[in-house]
Amino acid sequence: MNRTVDIVGVGWSGFRAISPDVSYKEMTFEAATRAYADAGIDPRNDVQGFVTAAEDYHEGTSIFDEYTPDQLGAALRPMHTISGDGLHALAAAYMQIASGLMDVVVVEAHSKASNILTLNHITAFAEDPTFERPLAIHPLALAGLEMQMLLSAGRFTLEQCAQVVVKNKNNALANPAAAHGAAIGRKTVLESQVVASPLTRLMAAPHADGAIVMVLADSDTAKRLKGKPVRVRGIGWANDTPALDSRDWLHAQYARKSAEMAYRIAGIRHPRSEIDFAEVDDTFAYKELQHLEALQLAKPGEAGILTAQGATERDGELPVNPGGGCLGVGSLLDANGLARVLEVVLQLRGEAGARQLKNVKTGLAFTWRGVPTTSGAAVVLSN
Amino acid sequence: MGLRRVAVVGAGMTKFVRRAQETGRELAWEAVSKALESCEMTLDQIDCVVMGTAPDAFDGVHMKSEWLADGAGAWGKPYMRGYVGGGTGVFAPAQGWYHVASGLFDTCLVVCEEKMSPTQPHPQAAFNSIFDNITERPLGPNLLWIFAIEMNAYMNRYGLKKEDIALVSVKNKRNAADHPASLLGDPNITVQDVLNSEVLAWPVQRLDVSPVTDGAVAIVLAADSVARRVTPKPIWIEGIGWCLDTAYWTNRDLSYPTYVEEAARRAYAMAGIKEPRKEIHIAEPYDPFDYKELHHLEGLMLFDKGKAPEATALGITQRNGDLPVCPSGGLLGVGNPIAAAGLMKIAELFWQLRGEAGKRQVPGNPRRGVAQAWGDLMQVGTVVVMGK
Repeated sequence: MNRTVDIVGVGWSGFRAISPDVSYKEMTFEAATRAYADAGIDPRNDVQGFVTAAEDYHEGTSIFDEYTPDQLGAALRPMHTISGDGLHALAAAYMQIASGLMDVVVVEAHSKASNILTLNHITAFAEDPTFERPLAIHPLALAGLEMQMLLSAGRFTLEQCAQVVVKNKNNALANPAAAHGAAIGRKTVLESQVVASPLTRLMAAPHADGAIVMVLADSDTAKRLKGKPVRVRGIGWANDTPALDSRDWLHAQYARKSAEMAYRIAGIRHPRSEIDFAEVDDTFAYKELQHLEALQLAKPGEAGILTAQGATERDGELPVNPGGGCLGVGSLLDANGLARVLEVVLQLRGEAGARQLKNVKTGLAFTWRGVPTTSGAAVVLSN
Repeated sequence: MGLRRVAVVGAGMTKFVRRAQETGRELAWEAVSKALESCEMTLDQIDCVVMGTAPDAFDGVHMKSEWLADGAGAWGKPYMRGYVGGGTGVFAPAQGWYHVASGLFDTCLVVCEEKMSPTQPHPQAAFNSIFDNITERPLGPNLLWIFAIEMNAYMNRYGLKKEDIALVSVKNKRNAADHPASLLGDPNITVQDVLNSEVLAWPVQRLDVSPVTDGAVAIVLAADSVARRVTPKPIWIEGIGWCLDTAYWTNRDLSYPTYVEEAARRAYAMAGIKEPRKEIHIAEPYDPFDYKELHHLEGLMLFDKGKAPEATALGITQRNGDLPVCPSGGLLGVGNPIAAAGLMKIAELFWQLRGEAGKRQVPGNPRRGVAQAWGDLMQVGTVVVMGK
């Protein structure tokens, strides 16, 4: 028990705004094939367990876990679904290995968001059917309300939010896997269509299709494999309340608690100095700022200022979303967390190509499950 | 392997009913508060929460576990939902096991909730969306039909009659008459009643099938050191196993659940069980249909292939038999709120092994039991071995 766990292989397919030529199974197969080759393993002989992250309503299939094994080589093997973010699934795999039950576990998550004709209706279906759904709250309106509250509290400015979009979309231009890279200015962001005041169209992440597969192993097994292991130093996840009326709208408690747990396990006391870069959920531009503060990477009210000063750029003191984040890569629904982890792994392995950061040893990935949830997960990785 | 020891220290459940007045969140909370009360613990002492609940389509809520979080006692805590369809209820405690055994947590609350009644007029409609959207859904399949195919395959392979199988339904519904939370307990039911009930999809008749049910169950898990402080009678999780077969169910031999055997082999190996027939004293296999209990007893290697019906006819699986099977009353008797029904089996083993099952108590001071659930497209087996 309490064994250390490494990520020993990664593979992905995509990411693209639409993917009419392939099914989710084909995308997953491609990502899995790459991950297995990366780790140098045969899924039928070297893997004890498989975990996938998926939500029925995103897939358009009830009991979606039925359709998860074949494309991963997992038929007639221990496999289960986590109805959560891919980072929750990674945590499940981590625990299965740390407990001593299994040595090698595969994690998968994917998005076929382009298949969903009415995603906002589906998201609204996550609101409480008794107290909230009768109000017919558009999911983006919840984000707009929260953003307005944070603006009113003086946590950041509209300009700073726009700068997050400019930075992340620009970072995405250097990421061949990103679907929504763009060279734009703050003015374009601020003048794009208002979708839920003060939130504008470009401040909300567009969606993308793709699949991500990762191979995890205990550190002893990892040494025998051919991949470049990246150590999972700490992992954490937490929920605030789902109720709109009683949650802490200001502080992103789910992010604070997720990070506290991950830092505790990793033995990190001063996140700001011990973490070299971060991939942080930016489903909405303001969320990157709110999350940075909750993750103790910025003081309250400081994240916007750091962003405006360029500290979170790729060449800044604390690069944030060097891969482009949700705003630049595209929101991958339940695969968002693994997309954040993927970028951290590639950076730590020195394989991030044109967007490679210099001298990075420790990175943080944080994901949020989006409105209307208060569910987050964080992982600290080191090379 | 030096695995950390994890025990069940508390359990609680709601009544299983046809249509609960409570919301899913309220049902979950009722089970949680009863489980905590049973071991005199409070939410402050719970390190993390695991949720098990089957399709979102039942409750009609997207990301159902997020919505249920408050009811499950997960406010401000690490919270995760595992999902293997009908197998979820016995998978959830296995998931709770790895939460604690990983060393990340000392206590874990495992909650399973299901509210099937919101799907009107019947949850069968929600089940239509479990089929492959290209190859199967256009045919308008019904879950009862595919289980009728499986039941037929089983009957044909071993030359079984409906009467042989109806005995399971009779046994379980009679057992459930002693369960205070049961929906369909009936002390007087006979094989004739089952054979005379409405045909749904031959050979499946109404009384061969468990009912649509609302309900919730919760258990409290604790690591060795905590468990011994909480209760003098911890019940240990000795083995866990799960196995998911291919989605292409039409390519499978439907007369034998190989995936259950694979899951059982893993759980038995972890528990150090070499001869399950001698070392298991109570079994709670998954019985949403009466033939499934027989099917699963064989998959669990507690009887030879095709021999479970004979053992049932001989009374071996009665509460006072050599191997009591579903002394709770099972899904056929207590009810089938999918995920909650699986966890009910874990709660039953907890009560039986502690000698607290009241009128349902099996004689002979049993010291080890196995619970099992099944789900998806006749595809997944989940197994937990518990002992004192």
